[in-house]
Amino acid sequence: MTMYQRLEDFLEDLQAARSLDDVQAHLFGLRDFLDTEHLVYHCLDASGNKYGAMTYDAPWIRRYIEEDYARIDPVVKGTYQRFHPVDWKQLDWSGKIQRDFLGEALETGVGNQGVSVPIRGPNGQFALFSVNSSDTDEAWATYRQENLKTLILAAHFINQRALELESDDAPPGKPLSPREADALTLLANGMSRSHASEKLGISEHTLRVYIESARAKMGAANATHAVARAMVRGLIVV
Amino acid sequence: MIRFIYADTLDTYPRLRDTMFRDRARQFKERLNWQVTVDADGLERDEYDAINPLYIVAEDARGAHSGSMRVLPTTGPTMINDHFLHLTDGVAIQSPFIWECTRFCLSPEADSKVAGALMLAGAEFGCASGLSHSVGVFDARMILVYRRLGWVPEVLGSEGQGRAAISVGLWSMDDDLRERLSARTGISREISTHWYERAFGPALAA
Repeated sequence: MTMYQRLEDFLEDLQAARSLDDVQAHLFGLRDFLDTEHLVYHCLDASGNKYGAMTYDAPWIRRYIEEDYARIDPVVKGTYQRFHPVDWKQLDWSGKIQRDFLGEALETGVGNQGVSVPIRGPNGQFALFSVNSSDTDEAWATYRQENLKTLILAAHFINQRALELESDDAPPGKPLSPREADALTLLANGMSRSHASEKLGISEHTLRVYIESARAKMGAANATHAVARAMVRGLIVV
Repeated sequence: MIRFIYADTLDTYPRLRDTMFRDRARQFKERLNWQVTVDADGLERDEYDAINPLYIVAEDARGAHSGSMRVLPTTGPTMINDHFLHLTDGVAIQSPFIWECTRFCLSPEADSKVAGALMLAGAEFGCASGLSHSVGVFDARMILVYRRLGWVPEVLGSEGQGRAAISVGLWSMDDDLRERLSARTGISREISTHWYERAFGPALAA
């Protein structure tokens, strides 16, 4: 198992993943990088579970699937088809079924703290990425404050790769529009953002958003990483 | 009162729901003459209302709509990417840190504070969700309102003339945005934080 030092390293492994099992294997390294206890990625459709990758222990995963707990899990119910990140303590655990479910989860080593990032993909696709811990409330508040953006990034990277792997014939990554390719090309030439925006006749602000959009499409951790990926894929010619 | 309501729970507030879609018909069809669809009951809805957007809604003392906007993540279908690529240099803006905000609507009877309250609520929601920007299509004359509130969008592109003019704008969210909006609107951060927490509980990130 790789202990990642940088998010980029995880992304490179993710890109090299050839199956959903590979994705699952890389989650353990990401979990250590994120310094938390468990990670769960769930891709859901209207009928419930479709695909998942997680670091939970096997007995709990088996139990969850056997009992079809996705039906009653407040994390699923409270985030389904939404898109803002949610702390598990804000969900409705008041019913007896939900309390029993939580009790059972805790017994198998699931932590009582969690944050879930719902993901809305193309064509009505919906997925959920969760981090789990048994931190104190105070430590957890600090953790989620400091890591929210990284969690959102990780959530979307995994979802993007899982979607690519699910549809065999799709080429990796989304295409770049000509303007996004222009922006990355100028950065690849070592041009500053202000110089590049001047060159393209757009504001620096707009350039930043084009670069961010290109970064997300490339599944890259930052602008430099996006440039590298675009070059490797032959999408830009420096 | 400001509410954050996902479309799938909008039926909990039937009066708010109906007056919102009616005010949208009045604003976008009757006043601005946009190509929008109004049903037999006088309600304006489009395909994006059907994919569970979040509405940020100002409700008056009688439970009716006084202003609203609609939020969707740009990782799924959005109006700008589906219909306005010619105004964004062909760039489909897609990022988990950029959400689309459209159908900013004010009731003709709305108090002058409503627009500012909605913008502040949008900033609370965006900052709590870790966003860097929002994008959206807007009626070009709204720029005056945004300027007055001190949250001016970068215009990526515009088309049409006069009442029919529309623009795609980009609003950036930085650290002091909420303080600035709070100062301009005269609504304290305690209140705007309360709006958010009433709907979602404490924010994940400050």
